[in-house]
Amino acid sequence: MPDADGLEMLAQRIRDLRADAVIEVTHNHGQAMIEVAPDANREALVVLSEQGYSFLSSLHGVDYYPDEPRLGVHYQLLDMDRVDRVGVKLRVTLDDPAVASVVDLFPTADHHEREVYDMFGVVFEGHPDLRRILMPEDYQGHPQRRDFPTGGEPVIFTYNEPQTPGWTQ
Amino acid sequence: MEIIRQTVDPQVTGGDQSPDDFRIRQLRARDMLRGDLPDSELEQYVQERVITTTVDRATAWAQSNSLFPLTFGLACCAIEMMSIVGGRLDIARFGFEAFRASPRQADLLILSGRISIKMAPIIRRIYDQMLDPKWTIAMGACSSSMGVFNNYAVVPADKFLPVAVHVPGCPPRPEALMHGILQLRDQIEGKAPAGSRERYHAQGTEEVIGSDPGVVDAVNVFGAGDVTNA
Amino acid sequence: MDPVSKVSDYRKLEESVTLSTVEGPLGASGSDGASTELFTLNMGPHHPATHGVLRLLVTLEGEVVRDLKPIIGYLHTGIEKTAETKSYWKVIPVIERMDYLAYFFNSMAYCGAVETLLEVEVPKRAQYLRVIHMELNRIMSHLVWLGTAALDLGAMSMFWYCFRERETILDLFEQSTGQRMHTRYFQIGGVIEDIPVGFAAKLKYLTDEMPRRITQYEALLTKNEIVLQRLRNVGVVDEKTLLGLGVTGPLLRATGNPWDLRKAAPYCSYDDFDFKIPVGTVGDNYDRYRVRTAEMRESVKIIEQAMEGLPEGPHITEDRKIALPPRHELATSMEALIHHFKLVTEGFRVPAGEVYHPIESPRGELGCFVRSDGSSKPARVHMRDPSFVNLQSLSTMVEGSYIADLIATLAMLDPIIGGVDR
Repeated sequence: MPDADGLEMLAQRIRDLRADAVIEVTHNHGQAMIEVAPDANREALVVLSEQGYSFLSSLHGVDYYPDEPRLGVHYQLLDMDRVDRVGVKLRVTLDDPAVASVVDLFPTADHHEREVYDMFGVVFEGHPDLRRILMPEDYQGHPQRRDFPTGGEPVIFTYNEPQTPGWTQ
Repeated sequence: MEIIRQTVDPQVTGGDQSPDDFRIRQLRARDMLRGDLPDSELEQYVQERVITTTVDRATAWAQSNSLFPLTFGLACCAIEMMSIVGGRLDIARFGFEAFRASPRQADLLILSGRISIKMAPIIRRIYDQMLDPKWTIAMGACSSSMGVFNNYAVVPADKFLPVAVHVPGCPPRPEALMHGILQLRDQIEGKAPAGSRERYHAQGTEEVIGSDPGVVDAVNVFGAGDVTNA
Repeated sequence: MDPVSKVSDYRKLEESVTLSTVEGPLGASGSDGASTELFTLNMGPHHPATHGVLRLLVTLEGEVVRDLKPIIGYLHTGIEKTAETKSYWKVIPVIERMDYLAYFFNSMAYCGAVETLLEVEVPKRAQYLRVIHMELNRIMSHLVWLGTAALDLGAMSMFWYCFRERETILDLFEQSTGQRMHTRYFQIGGVIEDIPVGFAAKLKYLTDEMPRRITQYEALLTKNEIVLQRLRNVGVVDEKTLLGLGVTGPLLRATGNPWDLRKAAPYCSYDDFDFKIPVGTVGDNYDRYRVRTAEMRESVKIIEQAMEGLPEGPHITEDRKIALPPRHELATSMEALIHHFKLVTEGFRVPAGEVYHPIESPRGELGCFVRSDGSSKPARVHMRDPSFVNLQSLSTMVEGSYIADLIATLAMLDPIIGGVDR
């Protein structure tokens, strides 16, 4: 993990490219994280991959319900030579959940972005094939948002079968 | 299969036979083939060796002992399903080892794992493609009752398929699956296992609480439909 | 032989025979004068060679794969959503059922993430016990891969050999944890129980026996002419493309990149052990096979060392706020009873934060992302599963090769659909 100074220097390099790109730099539980503006993710990732963090090891979608802005996208970058990780995150609102896609920079982001779109409804602009990936194509809603019900139903046992009449139909 | 053997002769079926008994039977068989046996002895000879049964029973016996399961693995249970073919359990002892890759050649569908809402129509289609007679085993908690994954993505098999046997476990041990297959074999032979289905007056795939006051039904200890703490 | 060519000499010879390219496969020529016709074939989700419920849309030109699209989600279980409704320590059984051949790794990634959030120290003995079980799990996972992959290549007997050894390993799991699969052995802060009496002797038998068994497998496969023909120079992808696609694990190591988190960023006392990282040279299917079999040998070495140097001490953290108190304390100590009640009913609270904890699973980097909002239930659990990521490289691997090689390449890729769909 880069130390606090190193992380600040990385953030400064992103700021050099665009002054308002970096929102916050955190060092939490030994994990470095740079929060960037929602439209600055490509710039940040390009700068960091030039600094050696060229392997996108993961991409997560997060729902910050009830905080605003609600949806978050996390990029986990890895520098294989120095064995160093840094995270980049951004947050978008439900009304405008548009994030620029990074598939052309990191081909591995293809399935990840489709998953985040499927589960959280973050729209990745510029993704070559943004469709649902895990849920059926005609599914309504984005199931892993916090306000989406977990679902499930009472299991039919002998004792509660009369409460759900006609369940076999 | 219940074999109806008339007037069982201890000489024929007995375990401890001396070489002399064997010689006597050999000579009788030779006499029979020559046509030298008198009528009464010939009748006895035939009765000792012929079994009578009905055609239904014979087909059920044949079907139940040569189930061809479908090569169809869903999730964790599929690994345990594979190991019943392996050397330790060796389901071939009972004649169920011939896994078939095509649903048209199989007559047993083992739902080995969780069924998502995306997979359910496909499983139904596979089931429809199988030729009658066909049976289904729901292996594991997920396909029986959704198990720990009682959420938006999973459906239990009973919702869209008639399930003959539910095998509990997460995942069930291979021995449990083997027991389930043997239970299914008994069911096909018409000897439904006197288990919970019989106790709760199960009809088809659903269990019905009877209104007969003389029969003790299942007792709900949690309160009906209360699954909040389940 | 040109190391990066996708076809072997034998295949080149085969391709030089022109059969149907003049008239097209169906004898039909298009209006634009094209002589061949592309044919799109649906493979799966129920297909005996796709290792689960994977669906592939394959575009073929004759017998040559021109395009491939994996369609996934047929085993989507919503585990990450279910995890959000349970308290931290009750999430472990759910998480374990993701990649169903690497259950110890799933729980390790999750427990590691939560331990990072809690900043709890795991006792040395617990770390060693974790290593023993994870490496046994790695061997077991590779055995299932070897058996099923050889089955796809037509080598039926490998399946029985591999499953024989797998049963031996599962017996060990059963002895120490009580379950064959999905053992829930790893807890946050340690492991649930110390290993029982007799476990060490049985493990010793396995570690003595296993190298000989692996030699047997290799005697059957490594120089087998059919295996060589089917695997060598098939599915070659260079290291740079694989890194771009985010591929890790044996697939990456087969190209010669020794990236292994056990060595690169040691977790769980892996730096105490002396082991090697097997790498390949060409990056074809044969190298993937060789790397995995060599990994099994290295895992045996790690287990031997861990069992040898197993330190004394507690098997779970002494922090009563996190770990359940031992059973005997409940009868004597009021405080233990309160902790027990608190843990079982509500669970422990975890300070707010977001962590990503990667470990090396049998298929590559298995990372667990946990976001805590300060309550006793995780606000978000997300797994970066190696199968999910590695599957993207399948189309690069098989484009331009035969459809029969698609099956071999898929088998050597070793995707676990439970991990892909989660």
